[in-house]
Amino acid sequence: MAEAIKVPTMAEYMAEGKKPEVLFWVGCMGSFDDRAKKITKAFVRLLQKAKVDFAVLGTEESCTEDPAKRAGNEFLFQMQAVTNIEVLNAYEIKKIVTACPHCFNTIKNEYPELGGNYEVMHHTTFLKSLLDEGRLKVEGGKFKGKRITFHDPCYLGRANNEYEAPRELLRKLEVELLEMRKCKSEGLCCGAGGGQMFKEPESGNKDVNIERTEQAMEVEPEIIAAGCPFCMTMMTDGVKGKDQEGKIQVMDVAEMIANAEEL
Amino acid sequence: MQFITQIVFLLVLIGGIAFFTRNIRRIIRNIKVGRKVDRNDHPNERWGQMARIAIGQSKMVKKPIAGVLHVIVYLGFIIINIEVLEIMIDGIFGTHRILSFLGGLYSFLIGSFEILAILVLVSVVVFWIRRMILQIPRFWNKEMTSWPKNDALNILYFEMVLMSLFLIMNAADHQLQLNGAAHYAQEAGIAGAFPISQVFLPWFEGFSNASLIIVERSSWWLHIIGILIFLNYLYYSKHLHILLAFPNVYYAKLTPKGKLDNLESVTNEVKLMMDPNANPYAAPAEAAENEVPEKFGASDVMDLNQIQLLNAYTCTECGRCTAECPANQTGKKLSPRKIMMDTRDRLEEVGEIINKKGKFENDGKQLLDDYILREELWACTTCNACVEACPVGIDPLSIIVDMRRYLVMEQSAAPKDLAIAMTNIENNGAPWPYNQMDRLNWAEEN
Repeated sequence: MAEAIKVPTMAEYMAEGKKPEVLFWVGCMGSFDDRAKKITKAFVRLLQKAKVDFAVLGTEESCTEDPAKRAGNEFLFQMQAVTNIEVLNAYEIKKIVTACPHCFNTIKNEYPELGGNYEVMHHTTFLKSLLDEGRLKVEGGKFKGKRITFHDPCYLGRANNEYEAPRELLRKLEVELLEMRKCKSEGLCCGAGGGQMFKEPESGNKDVNIERTEQAMEVEPEIIAAGCPFCMTMMTDGVKGKDQEGKIQVMDVAEMIANAEEL
Repeated sequence: MQFITQIVFLLVLIGGIAFFTRNIRRIIRNIKVGRKVDRNDHPNERWGQMARIAIGQSKMVKKPIAGVLHVIVYLGFIIINIEVLEIMIDGIFGTHRILSFLGGLYSFLIGSFEILAILVLVSVVVFWIRRMILQIPRFWNKEMTSWPKNDALNILYFEMVLMSLFLIMNAADHQLQLNGAAHYAQEAGIAGAFPISQVFLPWFEGFSNASLIIVERSSWWLHIIGILIFLNYLYYSKHLHILLAFPNVYYAKLTPKGKLDNLESVTNEVKLMMDPNANPYAAPAEAAENEVPEKFGASDVMDLNQIQLLNAYTCTECGRCTAECPANQTGKKLSPRKIMMDTRDRLEEVGEIINKKGKFENDGKQLLDDYILREELWACTTCNACVEACPVGIDPLSIIVDMRRYLVMEQSAAPKDLAIAMTNIENNGAPWPYNQMDRLNWAEEN
């Protein structure tokens, strides 16, 4: 489980004259953040297990510019987006999967007008399709019967109306799925969107991630399931802030599936 | 004598409608202060959206108590207004209950109006209790003091008075018909059915016909004048949603909530920068020489688009957006409702200047800083909870993003940490100072 994994790049595929079934867009968090890298690796293990023919851009990948766009820097967004689109189009990419809802939203919704048209999937939706096609099998394993609540990422849920795929994956793990008071279209943000991840919050009487963690604690979960690396950071900090580290874990849905089988 | 009242009625009616028309024209003129935006695509989907959300009130009932009460008031408003048609005809021609020839149907209609009227009255009283006794927090945020608070109460009192007058008018009319009073009684029997107002009949015991006529006429006149005043109060109140909710929902965004528009002015610049054949020293085209380059983002209402301004007029300050806002819930200054209220207040101020001077002249004020503070704008997480919560398709987030665009692109005024993150993205393709060449290192790490 701990050894380095072989991850093919688009450049290697190109050199061999091949094209992968899907491009895995790793994203900045998934590439650099220590916690998010674990999600990246778990997802790669699942892709390999399902024998998905995939590749990454590796050093040719760059920020999709979700934070810059939402911070108001349309100029930087479009410059970078056009550059990314040139890379993607040069490799004739048709299908993209990413474990980051921010990358997912930006590529899916904001790249088409700039010339980037791809089928874009969030990793939970993609994993669900692998299950539906019978390419991946999931059984309860070690999460069976555990109390788990799913925190909806804004950019997957409200922004793109996907609430069910992650929940269906969790149901496949035979967990006891608990819904927070605020969930799905009414889910409370973790506090990281719109560039907040990279700045101090404005002054108030509480941090948003603490508020959300308190909502999660109301249903007394053993695990808070997440589907976004930003939410992962915020909820992990929230759990620490509430001194619940001993009781509550925060895990990405993909990690849970990979760990269920001790991949 | 009869003639004079008819003429007075006609003048009041024409005056009321004329003033209303003037106000509506002002609203349209003020909305046109904004930038044009094309939202005429997908008409079928738009009509469907309007049918579901505006006519069908689908988002109102997400909060069941307020939702059901609102549906009652909404239905009451629409259906009882059929009665206004009769009142207008009676007023102009000096007739009494002109539609009573409909017989059984007429009785059914009047009976239904009465039931709706009492339901509306009860609902409005419950609204008042929720606001003033239960003090539901979203009605008591910082921006809901002084005029916004009184405005909301005025509307509730208005509706209470109008519904009461309607029922009292019916009761007196009913008694006059029972008494066989001239002009009121009809050979065919009692015109109308009065399931609710009959309860008030004992009040009129011992009243002479002359006194009854005074009660009936006073209620009738106050009711119709009240409606005309209410119609004209709309423009000065938060209550325009009863008209504007429909177009506002029609024009609301159809694309996924997560999709922000790509600024076309920026796209043109970026294309030019990326074009290897572009000549950077080329003289600008003749016509372009005197053109002021387009401003990026918004610092005032004229930089916003017409839909955003329509949004501002449509907002009825219910506060569902603010109640769902993560920043507001955790004590930050941002309130999406205030963004909409500020936008409207500033637009009205700009409109006043146009009224006085014929066109807008710089008054040294703008939406940014004079109304909406930077601290509010930077507290937003762009989570779309406000957009989702709005029962009438208002998009406060789009205004926040447009104003951030102005701050960042025209003023380079992003908060320091964000500016650093953006510099990093520009230099090495990630928000932190990590080398792009290290992006695949995770695959090698244990």
